[in-house]
Amino acid sequence: MAPIVELTGVSKHFAGIRALENVDFACNPGSTHAVLGENGAGKSTLIKIISGVFRPDSGSVQLNGSAVDFANPSQAAAAGIVCMFQELSLIPDLSVADNISLSDPPRRFGLIDHRAQVARAEELLARVRCEDVDPRAMLRDLSLSRRQMVEIAKALGRKPRVLILDEATSALTARDVQTVYDLLGQLKADGVASLFISHRMHEVQALCDRLSVFRNGRHVETFDKDTRSDGEIVRLMIGRDVEAKFPPKPAAKPGAKPREPLLQISNLAWEGRLNDISLTLGKGEILGLGGLDGQGQKELLLALFGVLKGVSGKVTVGGKDGIPASPVAAKNGATRIALVPEDRKTEGLMLTLPIGENLVAAAYDKISRGPLIDPARDGAMVAAGIEKLKIKVGSTADPVTTLSGGNQQKVVIAKWLMIGPDVILLNDPTRGIDVGTKQEIYRLMRSLADEGKAILFYSSDYAELIGCSDRVIVLYDGRVVRELTGAEITEEAIVSASLNLGDAA
Amino acid sequence: MQRWIRHNRGFAGALAMFALLYITYNSLHPRGFSTAVLVQNANESVAIGFVAMAQTVPVLMGGLDLSVGAVMTLTSCVASALESGTPLQIAFGIFATLAAGTLFGLMNGVIVVYGRIQPIIATLATGAIAIGLALLIRPMPGGDVDGDLGWALTNTIWDFADTYGLAQGGNAPWLQPFINIPVPLILLFGIALAVWLPFKRTITGRSIYAVGSAEGAAYMSGLPINRAKIAAFTLAGFFASCAGLYLAIQTSSGNADAVQAGAYTLNSIAAVVLGGTSLAGGTGGVIASLVGALILRVISFYFRILDIDPLLQPLIEGLVLLGAVSLGAFRTLRVTNRLDLFR
Repeated sequence: MAPIVELTGVSKHFAGIRALENVDFACNPGSTHAVLGENGAGKSTLIKIISGVFRPDSGSVQLNGSAVDFANPSQAAAAGIVCMFQELSLIPDLSVADNISLSDPPRRFGLIDHRAQVARAEELLARVRCEDVDPRAMLRDLSLSRRQMVEIAKALGRKPRVLILDEATSALTARDVQTVYDLLGQLKADGVASLFISHRMHEVQALCDRLSVFRNGRHVETFDKDTRSDGEIVRLMIGRDVEAKFPPKPAAKPGAKPREPLLQISNLAWEGRLNDISLTLGKGEILGLGGLDGQGQKELLLALFGVLKGVSGKVTVGGKDGIPASPVAAKNGATRIALVPEDRKTEGLMLTLPIGENLVAAAYDKISRGPLIDPARDGAMVAAGIEKLKIKVGSTADPVTTLSGGNQQKVVIAKWLMIGPDVILLNDPTRGIDVGTKQEIYRLMRSLADEGKAILFYSSDYAELIGCSDRVIVLYDGRVVRELTGAEITEEAIVSASLNLGDAA
Repeated sequence: MQRWIRHNRGFAGALAMFALLYITYNSLHPRGFSTAVLVQNANESVAIGFVAMAQTVPVLMGGLDLSVGAVMTLTSCVASALESGTPLQIAFGIFATLAAGTLFGLMNGVIVVYGRIQPIIATLATGAIAIGLALLIRPMPGGDVDGDLGWALTNTIWDFADTYGLAQGGNAPWLQPFINIPVPLILLFGIALAVWLPFKRTITGRSIYAVGSAEGAAYMSGLPINRAKIAAFTLAGFFASCAGLYLAIQTSSGNADAVQAGAYTLNSIAAVVLGGTSLAGGTGGVIASLVGALILRVISFYFRILDIDPLLQPLIEGLVLLGAVSLGAFRTLRVTNRLDLFR
C-alpha cells in the first residue's frame, strides 16, 4: 500500500538544538499509527512539520505521493491534514458552535448562518456522543474534558484524510475515551490515517496497528503491533546513549538514623490536578520528581511555594504546619523555601533588567538599610553570587538577556541561594542548557544537600533523576504512583511508572 | 434570555445601569420625559457614541486605538470644508469625509500589521499626524455647513421631514407614531446596527474576537489574522469619521482642537470598559460600548440639574467611573493559580 504521508530525510533545528535529525517516516491510509518517545524525543516537532506549523530545515514531505510544502496550518488543513494539538486550538470567548465551524462556517449571503452552524455543531457533537453539550454555550464555561471533545468534533468537521491526535485523550473520561476509540475505528474503515500520540501504553496497544519509536530527534524503529513487548518498547525509547557524569551520592549506611524531615506533605490536593499527594523530604536529601510532562509536578511545586489558592491537605515545613500563603511568606518563613521556576524567561528573570538587579531581586532585605539599598552590600552580594556559581559575566550592569541560557539559569539559582533557603524546589533546572553547565548544577545540588538543605527536584530527563536523586517519586495524573529508593532507581522503572504500567516492564 | 444575560453579563449590567440612571435623571429634571430633553441629550451623545464604537473594535482584538479622537477631529475639519452647496456636493462631502476616516483607519491597520508596531504606540503617532492634518485644513475654527442639513439631522423626525418636505411635510398619518424620535438617535443606532451586526457575522468579524481571545489558537485554526487586524482599525476609522461628520454638522464648523480629541479618546476607553468589553480582548461588542458612552453622558447631565459645584465635577465623575468599572474586577477573586493573574 502506498503511504499517504511520507517524510524523507527531514531535519529541524531550533537555535542550534537538534529537534529532528534525518527522519524518514511514513504512515498508510486506513491505519492507526502510534508515535512513541520520551519527552523531547521529537514527536511534537514531527507532527508540527506534518501539519504545517513548522517547515523542515531539510528533507521533504510528501502527501499521496506528491511533494508538499505547507506555509501554515490552514494550508495543511485544506489538504486534509487535521491536527488536534495538545494546547487546544479553541477560542474560549466564542460559542461551541462557533468553534466547531471556526474557519469555514456555513454562510448565507456571505454572512455566517448561525442556525446552520448550530445544526452542524449538533450533528458533529452527536457523532462524538456529546449531545449534552449545548452548541450555544460559551467554550470557556466547559470543563477541560468537554473542550477536548469539542476539539475532536471540530477536527471531524474538517473532513480529515490524515488525523493527528496529540495527547488527545489526556483529559477524557473513560466513556469519552471509548467514544474516541469507536470513532477512530470508523475513520480507519473510511481510509483515514490517524497518527496517535499518547503516553498511555494500554491505549496504544488497544488502538494502534503500527508503532513508531522516536528518541533524541531520530526515528528509531517502526513495527507492527504485537511484534514487541512493552519492555522492549520501553528499552527502544530509552536507548543506550552516553549520559552526563554525576557527582557520587553518599553511600547509604545500613543502620544509619533516618534523615530529620524538613517538609512533610499528606493528602495534598488542588483542583483535580493534584490528587492525594503524600511525601516526606528530609534534611540533606535530594528527592526527584519523575513522570511525564504535565502530570502535576509543576503544580505541586507551585502549591508548596504559595502560588496556588484552594490547596487542601496537610503540609508541615520545618515543624510548622500550613502551606505558605504566598511566595513572600514562603521565602520569609522560619524555614525558607525557594523555587527555581519552570520558565526562566517569564517566571525566573526580569529579562530587560541588569544581571546584578536580577541576582538580588529576592533578597532585598539582606542588602538594605532601612528603606534604602546599601550599594556596598549590594555589590558584595552580587559579587558573591557570581563567584559561587561561576557565572560568566562581562559587566553586572548588562541586561540579563545578554547571557547564554546556562548562565541565565545560574543567575536564577544564585538569586534564590541568596535568601539562604532551607528547602529548594527546582522545576526542570537544566532544561535547554549545555552539558557543562548541567554538570555544574548537579554538583551544586549535591553540595547544597551535603550542607543540609532539602531539595525537591523535577526533571523531564530521566538520566538526571537517576544520577542526582536519593529517592524518586513518580507522578501520574496528579498522583504518586511509585516511590523508588537507591538501586531501585533505574530508567526502566521510572519510564514504566511514568506510563503507569505498574510492574509490567 | 437567561443565556443571553449570562453570556453578556457586562452588557446587561450596563443596560440596567443606563436605564436606572436615565430614568432617575428624567424624574429629577423639571422638564423630564419631554422630546426637547431627549433631542438635546441625543445630540450630545452622538459623537462620543461613535468614538466609543470606534475604540471597541481594536480593543476586541486585544489592541487600543489612541487615534480615534484625532480622526474624529480630522474628519470634522474635512466635513466643515465640504458640507455645503448643491445636494450632490453635500453628498460628495459626506462620502469624502467618511472615506478619509476609513482610509486613515486602514493606514493604522497596515502600520500595525506590516510594521509590526504595537497598536498603542502606532496610533499615538498617527493620532498626532491626524491633528496635524486637521490644523492644515482648519488653522482657525470655522467652516460652512449647510444650514438645512444641520437642522434636519439634529432634531426630530418631524423636523427632518418638514425641512425636506417629505411625507407631506411630516404630517403624513403613517409617520405620526415616530415624529418625536430624535434623528441623531436613529443615525447612531441605525449605523451601529447596520454596520456591526452584519460585520460580526463575517469570518473577519469572528476572527477579531478570536485574535483577542486566543491569538495562537486562531492561527492554528487557520483564521485570517492579518486581515482581521487591518479590518479592526479600518472599522475604527469609519466609526470615528461618523463622529467627525456629525460633530461638524452639529456645530456647523470644524475645529482642530487637540485637547478635545484627547478627551474623546480617553472617554472612548472608559465607555468601552463601562459597556463590559474586556480590555484584554475577546469579549464585548460595539453596541455595548454605545451604551457605555450613554452612561458617561448621563453622568455629566446630572451636574446640570443637581446643584454641584463645577469644581467638584471631575472628582465626582472620576469616582463614579472607578466605582462602575470596579464591578467588573470581581472575576479575579475566583482565580486559584495566582500566576494566571499575570497572564
